[in-house]
Amino acid sequence: MATTTPRIIIVGGGLAGLSAAIKVAESGAHVDLFSVVPVKRSHSVCAQGGINSAKNLKGEGDSTWAHFDDTVFGGDFLANQPPVKAMCEMGPSIIDLLDRMGVPFSRTPEGLLDFRRFGGTLFCRTAFAGATTGQQLLYALDEQVRRFESEGKVRKYEYWEFLSAVLDSQRVCRGICAMDLRSMEVATFPADAVIIATGGVGAIFGKSTNSVVCTGSAQGALYQQGAAYGNGEMIQVHPTCIPGDDKLRLMSESARGEGGRIWVPRNPNESRPGKQVPEADRWYFLEDWYPKYGNLVPRDIATRAIHKVVHELGLGIQGQPMVYLDLTHIDRATLDHKLGGILDIYEKFVGDDPHDVPMKIFPGMHYTMGGLWVDNGQMTNIQGLYAIGECDYSIHGANRLGANSLLSCIYGGFTAGPNSVKYAGSLGAAPENLAACFENERKRQIEANNLLLNNPGTENPFKLWRELGDVMSRNVTVTRYNDKLQETDAKLVELLERYRNVNLNDKSMWSNQSFLFTRQLYNMLQLARVITQGAFLRNESRGSHYKPDFPERDDVNFLKTTKAFFAPDADEPRFEWEPVDISLIPPRPRRYDTK
Amino acid sequence: MAIKSVLFKIKRQATPTSAPYWEEFEVEWRPGMNVIALFMEIAMNPVTRAGNPTTPINYDSNCLEEVCGSCAMLINGKARMACSALVEHLEQPLTIEPFSKFPVIRDLQVDRSVLFENLKAVQAWIPIDGTYPLGDGPRITPNMQEQAYQLSQCMSCCCCMEACPQFNESTGFVGAATIAQVRLFNMHPTGKVLKDERLQALMGDGGIQECGYAQNCVEVCPKDIPLTKSISSVGADVMKKAILDFFRT
Repeated sequence: MATTTPRIIIVGGGLAGLSAAIKVAESGAHVDLFSVVPVKRSHSVCAQGGINSAKNLKGEGDSTWAHFDDTVFGGDFLANQPPVKAMCEMGPSIIDLLDRMGVPFSRTPEGLLDFRRFGGTLFCRTAFAGATTGQQLLYALDEQVRRFESEGKVRKYEYWEFLSAVLDSQRVCRGICAMDLRSMEVATFPADAVIIATGGVGAIFGKSTNSVVCTGSAQGALYQQGAAYGNGEMIQVHPTCIPGDDKLRLMSESARGEGGRIWVPRNPNESRPGKQVPEADRWYFLEDWYPKYGNLVPRDIATRAIHKVVHELGLGIQGQPMVYLDLTHIDRATLDHKLGGILDIYEKFVGDDPHDVPMKIFPGMHYTMGGLWVDNGQMTNIQGLYAIGECDYSIHGANRLGANSLLSCIYGGFTAGPNSVKYAGSLGAAPENLAACFENERKRQIEANNLLLNNPGTENPFKLWRELGDVMSRNVTVTRYNDKLQETDAKLVELLERYRNVNLNDKSMWSNQSFLFTRQLYNMLQLARVITQGAFLRNESRGSHYKPDFPERDDVNFLKTTKAFFAPDADEPRFEWEPVDISLIPPRPRRYDTK
Repeated sequence: MAIKSVLFKIKRQATPTSAPYWEEFEVEWRPGMNVIALFMEIAMNPVTRAGNPTTPINYDSNCLEEVCGSCAMLINGKARMACSALVEHLEQPLTIEPFSKFPVIRDLQVDRSVLFENLKAVQAWIPIDGTYPLGDGPRITPNMQEQAYQLSQCMSCCCCMEACPQFNESTGFVGAATIAQVRLFNMHPTGKVLKDERLQALMGDGGIQECGYAQNCVEVCPKDIPLTKSISSVGADVMKKAILDFFRT
């Protein structure tokens, strides 16, 4: 393989996928980049608040070690520590590179990068581009990839869906099988290595802050092919979302970073509109319970606090599951400079102006810390298959700190990209029957498609999906009880059974979106069992995983990674556990009320 | 203003070459519904107003919060994003159609790749040396950042091109979005290295000279990007370059 140009396939064109593409193309290897949507429309575009790095430009004595400690502590010690340290150390050079690529980061009066404070830290280390940082980072990488595309180094397959990996007789990954979303053609593509960068799993929970394409279908498919899935039960529920009919819209943590305050009226029967409730009648409960971190406690802490105030203490605004996020005390100019984009969202979708009126928010499913298991070089347990970004499990442990996601995506891409090229160079000759492997996989997928298209049934897939989202949001998010988790798994089994009876009333072989969605739904159902059963088996509370029946963290029994493998005969997950690498920072109690 | 139900009709099309046809729907209204929510209702219950079974609507969407640029379409004749089109603010019956100036793929999905081709033609990127560490980037004042940020919010939705009378097959006009991107990259300390090449790319067929000052673009841009200001500014640069080129040759 040393004499021919290595060929790397990247699935997913968000921050992680594009980062990998840039490194691979720059090294001289060829990239085939697959994405269900034009890459600049990837979900990374929704990230709002910022990206962390310990550049220490605020005279605070920040360091990459402090960033590392904050991250490991924020993750409740569940992450293997060496890759987290490597990510924090790469932070400053990543920011500088993005800056040189033209990301319009917000600036200080001297023209330097500005940094703000974010959840779970006392340092200002979050660089931001207004309140649309993810969009701006994505656009910069998209532009760089377009440059490589114009030079013939990257070939984009946009509006293509990943169906499966092609594995040879030794179970080495040799390429992928994918479907053109327009013509519905199923084709296989050979590669020396494959990098999966397919993002989050929000659709499994029905309504979330995720985009429509965040189904976790690719991860679900790979899990069924033998890829291990790590810490699936670690699901982040973001404290401040705007409830909506079609999705939950994120109200960035940066709103609190710039001084936004969360509160409820002290009187559960308060009838005055928010702005008119005097200070004495307001309860700023996060500031009260957490004097040091205040409104910037990590997300799991804030979410549980809001749930307690609303569900246990009955103090939601006018009896509704809502609390106030108030920005009205901050001057208009600051709000416009630093938070413009998110204030626009609130105004456009709710109709009130957050400059004048406190926003009404509630927690919503937002991110998965869990994902495909990878080693410290980002390779999954399938040789030749890498995973990066939100779809890999490696960095955020049991809870992700705000503004670490964008960093982890780029770190993952910048690590897997060069690693995949090096690996490609070391690959021996392909096994003899490789062509047959490709053809067999292609046939397998076409058969699966035909079965689905011709299935005589009565179940509407979108309705099945609603039921999936409903049960997962109710029982597998903020507060978990073992009996409810068992009920949930039973419901998932029922949905999988009813799936056999699904009817695709759209049988067209051209740009059939319902067909695509229905295929994805199957993988979502399988992955949902990984999440639910993983939660059931972890009898402790750690980070975002909270069980009132097991309220303490239990390092003796559970300081380990949950690893789920698909057991095809049983058609459900089987689990293994792996000790966590805590070689750099010994675990200590995770308290934000004292430190 | 209590609405009970939403009445809307959609211009559908099965394939790029088949004839378009209308379908009418009625769904129960819920607070906060946008046009996307209407499509989601049809997916769960694909039946026309007359009670005939049909298929879910095919449409591009992703973020549902007006940052990705996917769900651009004509709603009551106006080029806009479906996700931010709240039903309670729209006149019923709603008329929903695909963009008229782009090839239809199916139903409301159209092919907008022409914009991405234009962005290649004007080299809409910063030509960095490489991704290896090279220290800090250039200093950028808050003022410069604000100007750049405004232009940088373009999500390639193509509303400006749909609304522009000059954007059509006979002129081959690039459209406002591409011109605004040229302004963005030409104002960056490193980006301006390619200023001449970008301006040159706007001086050929379908170039900036095709703009007819209709100002439809800036009216429909969902991100309020200063498009006409950008066209003016880049137009002046193009003029300067043309004069200098004339004297150079």
